[in-house]
Amino acid sequence: MTAHSNVPRTPPRFSATFDPATLAEIRRAAATGIYDIRGGGTKRKVPHFDDLLFLGASMSRYPLEGYREKCGTEVVLGTRFAKKPITLKTPVTIAGMSFGALSAQAKEALGRGASTVGTSTTTGDGGMTPEERGQSQTLVYQYLPSRYGMNPVDLRKADAIEIVIGQGAKPGGGGMLLGQKISDRVAAMRNLPKGIDQRSACRHPDWTGPDDLEIKIEELREITDWEKPIYVKVGASRPYYDIALAVKAGADVVVLDGMQGGTAATQDVFIENVGLPILAAIRPAVQALQDLGMHRKVQLIVSGGIRSGADVAKALALGADAVAIGTAALVALGDNDPQYEDEYQALGTTAGAYDDWHEGLDPAGITTQDPALSARLDPVKAGRRLANYLSVMTLEAQTIARACGKSHVHNLEPEDLVALTVEAAAMAGVPLAGTSWIPGRTGGY
Amino acid sequence: MNAISPDLTFDLAATSLRELNAALHAATGESNARRWRVLNPNGRHAVAVGINAPLTVEIEGHVGYYCAGMNAEASVIIHGNAGVGLAENMMSGFVHVRGDASQAAGATGHGGLLVIDGNASARCGISMKGIDIVVKGSVGHMSAFMGQSGSLIVLGDAGEALGDSLYEAKLFVRGSVKSLGADCIEKELRDEHKALLAEKLKAAGLEGTVDVSAFKRYGSARQLYNFHVDNASAY
Repeated sequence: MTAHSNVPRTPPRFSATFDPATLAEIRRAAATGIYDIRGGGTKRKVPHFDDLLFLGASMSRYPLEGYREKCGTEVVLGTRFAKKPITLKTPVTIAGMSFGALSAQAKEALGRGASTVGTSTTTGDGGMTPEERGQSQTLVYQYLPSRYGMNPVDLRKADAIEIVIGQGAKPGGGGMLLGQKISDRVAAMRNLPKGIDQRSACRHPDWTGPDDLEIKIEELREITDWEKPIYVKVGASRPYYDIALAVKAGADVVVLDGMQGGTAATQDVFIENVGLPILAAIRPAVQALQDLGMHRKVQLIVSGGIRSGADVAKALALGADAVAIGTAALVALGDNDPQYEDEYQALGTTAGAYDDWHEGLDPAGITTQDPALSARLDPVKAGRRLANYLSVMTLEAQTIARACGKSHVHNLEPEDLVALTVEAAAMAGVPLAGTSWIPGRTGGY
Repeated sequence: MNAISPDLTFDLAATSLRELNAALHAATGESNARRWRVLNPNGRHAVAVGINAPLTVEIEGHVGYYCAGMNAEASVIIHGNAGVGLAENMMSGFVHVRGDASQAAGATGHGGLLVIDGNASARCGISMKGIDIVVKGSVGHMSAFMGQSGSLIVLGDAGEALGDSLYEAKLFVRGSVKSLGADCIEKELRDEHKALLAEKLKAAGLEGTVDVSAFKRYGSARQLYNFHVDNASAY
């Protein structure tokens, strides 16, 4: 032992700025010269519904009996202009995800699960497949900038039309379906050669801006004889103005997607640095609807990180009419299931962290076009799992609503909520727990 | 036009657009009127959209956005000018504008033939997916942007960035091209292309009036089909 060894030493210390993940990314970028592409939504921690709590009933208000007194969950979408609004039994819907990004089996399973519990599912870039239409009681047909697979026959088969302006994972961004996922069938549906990278444009080809959108909506209504609800979907970025402009353009329903919402494939830098968490976007959106006298007349669907009935209840309490789930629905089908851990390890990842959906190698057979991998997913069983999960979310939301004394989940309100952090209090517009303080309520949006 | 039924006339000064389009959508089958006249369109948007039957519609005047949008089987003739998105996403049939067309004419069209007697503005044939477009005048910038399939035939000139990010659409221009877009190159005009041109020009009513040898052919260099970092400066 030397004298030197007895001197206390500073242990190795990682930089908070240059943490191991940051260093690894710098090395990866230096080695490849290309940004990282992945699927999913933001992985960074952002203020979220976990930062809110319900107060429940007590002396000043009384609860409803859990197994005896009714608590409604149905929602009607498209009451503003459409001749045929759609009625759902639960306020939890399935977000748009494309055939191409997902296997045909996964799309069928989404339709089966949604239909079992009386809710809607949504197409994506690439058009409508017969399996999806056949298994989806209520199907929303997305109208996207690429117009891959867009045709008036399928448009008339749809129960609603969703004009996609953007999505939460990448507001202002288009998409790319890499060549390895372009099978013969996907290529044919998109009118493109097999095996090439298929870009999805970030802007619509035949309109720009809200004034044009109003005309585009009129055209779609005329083509479909004013029967179908028309949704407008935006990524959360400037929610007050975007929702106001969507209403002005004539939307029946607006869909607001936060940065936790997933994408099939986008640059990690885009996913992590552009857009708002959904918690920050709901209140400005609701305020826009209220200022226009359109709250509950133009319905608001929110998405991005919805995981449980508690999240559903909190979103509705903040003023949404319904929510949409994407990532959580894929997990219910079997995405990132630990049963495939060995295969995830072989891909250099682990169950729960797998996000290279664009590579088409998904061991769970969901984000792939590989016939052998796709065949692993049984659409009937996977659809059953999704239906179970949707039922649980609905029951959970009802449980909370009854505890707050509400006979319908839509009767939940911001006054039922408090926030655990100053940030969440400011974003959600509810008091910091134990105080009457709502930060930022002196100013506008 | 045929002996089955007389012409049907809709005067948009007296009848709503909704009534016109609803009647067009209801008119399917041989027993229905097959020649329609639309008077006083006065720049109205979404005229004669979503038709799904072999009707003939003649519009006497100028139309606004998206005239003949998503057309299937019908022939729509516009005796005037057309606004943005003429015949957008057309599936089949024939659309003919006697005057000029604004931006994004024939956008995302899957099939059928669009003939523009005058000029077309920017982004003519943007994201085209099988439609044939014949422009007797000139086209503006970014025409056939991301064109996937079908053909764009321009008897006049083309503006900047023709065929930018082109996939497999075939482009033919008789006049000058101000510039080509990313991944669009001039290609040899071989006999099969001359035959294709002749066929499309015949369908547009120009048989024997245009020398197909006078055209230049443009298509995709296919260098951007799969993303590669070395091509980053091209995007």
